[in-house]
Amino acid sequence: MASRREFLKTTGGLVLASGGAWMTGNVRAATATMGPPELPEGTLSASILEALPGKVPLIKKSWRPPNYETPISYFNEVFTPNDAFYVRYHLSNIPEVAAATWRLKVGGDAVASPLELTLDDLKRNYDVVEIAAVNQCSGNRRGMFEPHVPGVEWGLGAMGNAKWKGARLRDILAKAGVRKDAVEVVFDGADSGVIPATPDFVKSIPAWKALDENTLVAYEMNGAPLPHWNGFPARIVVPGWTGTYWMKQVTSVNAVTKPFDGFWVKSAYRIPRGKFPLIDRFISQETDVNTPITEMVVNSLITNIASGESVPAGKPLDVKGIAWDGGYGIARVEVSVDGGQSWRNATLGQDYGRFSFRQWSYRFTPAERGNLAVMAKATNRNGATQTFETIANPAGYHHNVVQRVMLAVA
Amino acid sequence: MKIPLIVGALAVAATCIAAEQKVDLKPGPGRDKVVANCGTCHSLDYIQTNSSFMNRQVWDAEVTKMIKAFGAPISEADAKEIAEYLTANYGKP
Repeated sequence: MASRREFLKTTGGLVLASGGAWMTGNVRAATATMGPPELPEGTLSASILEALPGKVPLIKKSWRPPNYETPISYFNEVFTPNDAFYVRYHLSNIPEVAAATWRLKVGGDAVASPLELTLDDLKRNYDVVEIAAVNQCSGNRRGMFEPHVPGVEWGLGAMGNAKWKGARLRDILAKAGVRKDAVEVVFDGADSGVIPATPDFVKSIPAWKALDENTLVAYEMNGAPLPHWNGFPARIVVPGWTGTYWMKQVTSVNAVTKPFDGFWVKSAYRIPRGKFPLIDRFISQETDVNTPITEMVVNSLITNIASGESVPAGKPLDVKGIAWDGGYGIARVEVSVDGGQSWRNATLGQDYGRFSFRQWSYRFTPAERGNLAVMAKATNRNGATQTFETIANPAGYHHNVVQRVMLAVA
Repeated sequence: MKIPLIVGALAVAATCIAAEQKVDLKPGPGRDKVVANCGTCHSLDYIQTNSSFMNRQVWDAEVTKMIKAFGAPISEADAKEIAEYLTANYGKP
């Protein structure tokens, strides 16, 4: 892997001298497909493109449990196709759930009248709501942390944007007679571990977030039933918050008066307190040192050009990409074509709502031959922006370092 | 949701194991224990993708997490052998 190391070294600086050594086309293409060169060597060499049943070929990170990443080319569309949407599981027993026999049990010690819903109940007896929202794994870009941290070594594509259609969770909880003393709402899904001792994947969110009008029990994604791998027949949708809370194949919803104490909330998916500029807090689960991850940090991705590509001098070049955040909305995206010395506003695309990807584009004409660093930086309506260095945290969450795409102008 | 193990196993066979290919881990002392223990709950490509950036201390912590947090029934002696294999073949000094 000497060539990759060399590449990192070569492209590490902001501005490159012209005539630098570029990777050959094949090596570059392979690397770009499997993820950015910052990923661990072992990740890049073990990754393959492979199609799960019902999916297009995705970047395979692990077979069992299945973890598959969306190749970057799909992010040239504002909505990620269902069959290209990333797949993330923690536990390996993933049953096929039949729509006809699926039930959602709604209960907990903070509801007056527990109930059980069929898929038809869910579709017919509740207001139908559709929200465009990004689902991003907490550990998206984990593989780009330096030093590397253990885990699924995600590149750039452990995320997707979809139109989620379903019922409001708060309407369902209201029908069950949820009381004011509810502290958290706990979700379980159909998956389970291989051995009984493995903690079942169960998650909770604060009651206020469960009762937010945007939190859904969704049964459609981009106008079609959810793919098996993305939670068929129904999943929780928590717009703005990272994917860990979006329980797939959800089987129970329990409103409870005491903080949930399962492994996946008490120990996993935690970030150090005070390190990230976040607003939403999960107070019932905070400790002195850490807190559950909540909303996504502001981020962007350049989608139509990749490092190592060659572009002609003197011809206009459109740089395109997407930006997103934890649900406050994107205020602006700035692009730099001089290695970060100066920044110009990109043109924002159609607004599909504050939880959606926001497309952007920026046109410029590379004048001089040589190497060129293209960077993009998004800012949300709170004024929060991306970082230039990783914010170290044990599990490698919230990577939103400004990208540098290195082009050769010829 | 806890479902009867046999039902779960059948469902997995129908859906995701179908795609799993054999992972040829590097030969070395401890490999059999790695294959038998780690491979029970997850495919062994996790080991390849998590290389080579963990030293002995970090691999020890990973093995301990599998035992303490995820309930892997691995003896202390086997855990040591597993961490030694992983550090020697998929780690850094």
